Amino acid sequence: MLSFLSAVEANSGDTIGWALLRIGIVLGVVLGIVPGLIWWERRLLSWFQDRIGPNRVGPFGLLQPIADGVKLFFKEDITPATVDRLLYFLAPAIALFPAFTIWAVLPWGPDRRLTPIADVDVGVLYILAISSLGVYGLFLGGWASNNKYSLLGGLRSAAQMVSYELAMGVALGCVILATGSLRLTEVVQQQFEPLWGTVPWMQNWFILTPWGFVAGVIFLITMVAETNRAPFDLPEAESELISGFHTEYSSMKFAVFFMGEYATMFAFSGIFAALFLGGWSPLPFNWEFLAQRATDANLPWLASALSFVGGPIAAPLWMLGKMFGGITFYIWLRATLPRLRYDQLMTLGWKYLLPIAALNFVVVAIWMQFGWAALFGALAVLFLLYINVVLYVSRRRPKDTVPKVQFANPPASTEATIEVTRS
Amino acid sequence: MTLTTFAFLVMAVVLVLSAWGVVVAKSPVRSALSLVVNFFVLAFLYFGMNYDLLGISQILVYTGLIMMLFLFCILLLNLGAPDTLFEPSLIKRSLAWFVGGVLVLAVSSQVIGPMATWSTSTPTAPEGFGQAASVGQSLFTGWVYGFEIASVLLLVGIVGSILVAKRRD
Amino acid sequence: MQTGLTPAPIDWVLLMPLLIVFGTGVVGMCIEMLRPRSNNNAIVATTLLGLAAAAAYLIGTWEYPTIHTFGELFLSDRVAKILQLLIIAITFTTVLYSEGYLRERRLPFGEYYPLLVWSATGAMIMATSTNLLIVFLGLEVLSISLYILAGLSNREQQSQEAALKYFLLGAFASAFLLYGISLLYGATGTTQMEDLRAIWNTPLDKPTVGLLYAGLTLILVGFAFKVALVPFHMWTPDVYQGAPTSVTGFMAAAAKVGAFAALVRFLDYATPMSDAWVPMLSALAILTMTVGNLVALVQKDVKRILAYSSIAHAGYVLVAVVAYGVLSREGSAAQPVSVVYYLIAYSFMTVGAFAVVSLATRGGRERTELNDLNGLWERAPLPAAMMIVFMASLAGIPLTAGFLGKLLIFRDALDAGLVVLAIALAVNSVISAYYYLRIVLATVVQKPALHAPRFANPNAGLVATCLVCGLAIFALFFAAQPVLRELEAPQEVFVHRGP
Repeated sequence: MLSFLSAVEANSGDTIGWALLRIGIVLGVVLGIVPGLIWWERRLLSWFQDRIGPNRVGPFGLLQPIADGVKLFFKEDITPATVDRLLYFLAPAIALFPAFTIWAVLPWGPDRRLTPIADVDVGVLYILAISSLGVYGLFLGGWASNNKYSLLGGLRSAAQMVSYELAMGVALGCVILATGSLRLTEVVQQQFEPLWGTVPWMQNWFILTPWGFVAGVIFLITMVAETNRAPFDLPEAESELISGFHTEYSSMKFAVFFMGEYATMFAFSGIFAALFLGGWSPLPFNWEFLAQRATDANLPWLASALSFVGGPIAAPLWMLGKMFGGITFYIWLRATLPRLRYDQLMTLGWKYLLPIAALNFVVVAIWMQFGWAALFGALAVLFLLYINVVLYVSRRRPKDTVPKVQFANPPASTEATIEVTRS
Repeated sequence: MTLTTFAFLVMAVVLVLSAWGVVVAKSPVRSALSLVVNFFVLAFLYFGMNYDLLGISQILVYTGLIMMLFLFCILLLNLGAPDTLFEPSLIKRSLAWFVGGVLVLAVSSQVIGPMATWSTSTPTAPEGFGQAASVGQSLFTGWVYGFEIASVLLLVGIVGSILVAKRRD
Repeated sequence: MQTGLTPAPIDWVLLMPLLIVFGTGVVGMCIEMLRPRSNNNAIVATTLLGLAAAAAYLIGTWEYPTIHTFGELFLSDRVAKILQLLIIAITFTTVLYSEGYLRERRLPFGEYYPLLVWSATGAMIMATSTNLLIVFLGLEVLSISLYILAGLSNREQQSQEAALKYFLLGAFASAFLLYGISLLYGATGTTQMEDLRAIWNTPLDKPTVGLLYAGLTLILVGFAFKVALVPFHMWTPDVYQGAPTSVTGFMAAAAKVGAFAALVRFLDYATPMSDAWVPMLSALAILTMTVGNLVALVQKDVKRILAYSSIAHAGYVLVAVVAYGVLSREGSAAQPVSVVYYLIAYSFMTVGAFAVVSLATRGGRERTELNDLNGLWERAPLPAAMMIVFMASLAGIPLTAGFLGKLLIFRDALDAGLVVLAIALAVNSVISAYYYLRIVLATVVQKPALHAPRFANPNAGLVATCLVCGLAIFALFFAAQPVLRELEAPQEVFVHRGP
């Protein structure tokens, strides 16, 4: 009756024991790797910035996260006097909840008994739903702190999440449309087909198809925004909001927020890999096909090597590698791009990502229904129409109008100046 | 009591309590949060009946987006606990209690009866009801008219909200 | 991934008027995007053309068989066709005079026309469906457009207040309606009215019979809000006063037509439950007529007077609805003739009256006091003369459509044995004459104050609106026979099923 339980049982045809094992593996790996990620971020960031970074605790500073954890654990837990106590305590827990539940549908290998935890029918929507819950922890933390910077951080996170959730949803819609399934395992499985349906020795990773590339890039951008990472880290902008939503948090509560952020990043890297990068396949080559060819060419050692590379034992490693690559990408972004301004954030989300994603969605639909020829024809017509409209509109627009800069909250002095000049 | 019944009872109690919280909470944020909990647990009730798509849409649309906008508005306007919501007139308050009570009695008297005979007359939904495939089927076959009208409704809403925002100049 | 989806069979011929009206709005929106800044003429012309095309198409396919199509969600029978034509006519006449009024009010929004047209689409959807969910969706399309239109003027607080009030109470009413629908669905498992009737017709000894009654009551409350029946009328005067006058006229006509169309159809299928709703609606009707007329007596603002008058008229229509309910239960009436006839007559008088009232607006400001109309006779004799006609018709004076409409309702009420309702109707008609006379006096007899601002020149569109409405009122009286024959004509409904 309870479908999440039945789904757990159904995908292995097995008992609750297997389910607990699956949960245990994922939890163990995530909890074990998150400190490592923090170390990796600090080292890599230092490298980008021409510094050394933590290198004292243990070999290469590897034990630094543990030292950090111990420090945070034993720090004084300050609760400011004017916070909303209940929500202030709940917020970190609420922030951690989606960071871990999102792992439930992520497949990290071909063995259905071990992964994913629940191969539910609505896996892709599940990701969207859970990631949309992620903002509540930040939001409540910001509100309950009773601090204007925190409140602003919470507000920003809410606005950002709602704006980027849409583009992410439409980008995922393209994948759903192309695969005809909401199941993540099915999405991964379909990427093992021949590339574009014609190249038998390669795999059809969605990132390699034209529509998949667009959807993938949009998903990549929105997933950075959803996890509130640079350059979309407006909710916790240190320079303007003094860390925003977690200004008032200290000790373990702060650590929990921190952990939630990294777990979510890690999960999203995995989801991106599963949706666009062929899941647990190391490179977009059709390993069985190649192994078959190697056998035909009488090279049994190559064949067995190829089958091993594409086989179930190595699969989790490739998956982990891709997730690790995703995290590195996150860090790289942080080191490279400056933080967006609020209006830039909104412009990017609403005026670029969402329309492009929607157009891409239409493209996939036309391609699926009528094939590539019709698609290019339709695109050409659309393009001509667009050019015509743009020309028409731009000809009408008076040349001397300069767009007015509008502030959401104009500073008081501006208004005063206007009054003075008028009188 | 089976596991199913137990799960249902737990969720039902949480649902009712959170619905109660929406009404009685003094601060708008608490009120909205109760609604969030309510929507979230409601989704699990759907899951319990295998309405996967319905449940996940409930979380995605209501808990994730709509309630987020609610909270956003509350915070943006920085709403405190309103004093004006208290109704001083005893007559009006008792009238409200009376009407509310009658409605509760009317609905519960109708629901409890069938519930008591649950095991004998379990209402059964068709196979696959509330799951992605069947919802898609009915949206694009029998209910395509309603589906299109809903899109008209959204179009009107978009144009309207742009008009409301645009008039400010 | 080609899955075999066979959509519901669609009869495009019946659906076309609705699509044309909606498409007109879309085209208008595109023109708005590209239009020159100076005027809205292109949008107005497109809108008028589109509406005319829809009307022409509707009349051209008048004898097309009535088919229950689109998954049995869409039904365009004779009454629905007449009501669709009426809604198109209301929109057409409103659009005719809107541009002059909006310029006078300095409200140069091209989106006004698409929203108006989409609102009409919503009303048409309500008039052509036998499914409660579709009715609800149509109601929302209608209402949301009207919320926006009511608050069109951002400079005037009154308009903003009207929009907000209308929005909040409208949402409240929608909630009632939706709750009622969900209770019915919970008890029966369907929102299709035919299926509901079948279930109601079976002996009512199921454990969930209370849900049926509760659902019915809540649905009636929702509709009562929408058509402004006392005691659910509180929003009406404020909203009618605050909204731009052209919007008020449209709202008073089209929203009532749409809601009454859906209400009559719903009650038609709910005949087995008529023991419950006949007394309820009778009480509401008496209350609505009386309160509406009595409160209208003491108003000083023309739009408020007309608002209360519209409440009273909703009461009259409700009498017709109840009478039709009783008669059809006894099998002596097949079509809600008096309801539809009165709705037609009422729509033309209301749109016309508000069109004339819109003339009082001068210099970018809304003026709606009674004495703002003083001197209209000298400045614009034709609209002023038409105002006399509209008021006479609203009061139910012979030779006008209003008179014949009331007569039909009176006859039906007596036939149905609803003597109390008939008497209340007669008494209320007499009371109402007083305040209609006040408007006529203000328009025709009283002289303007010395420094009152000059009236704007009535533009051709407004004169056309007045003439069309005035002519319709006389035509409906003198040539009533064909209209009534059309209304009474029996018809056969076919069900469009899949291949």
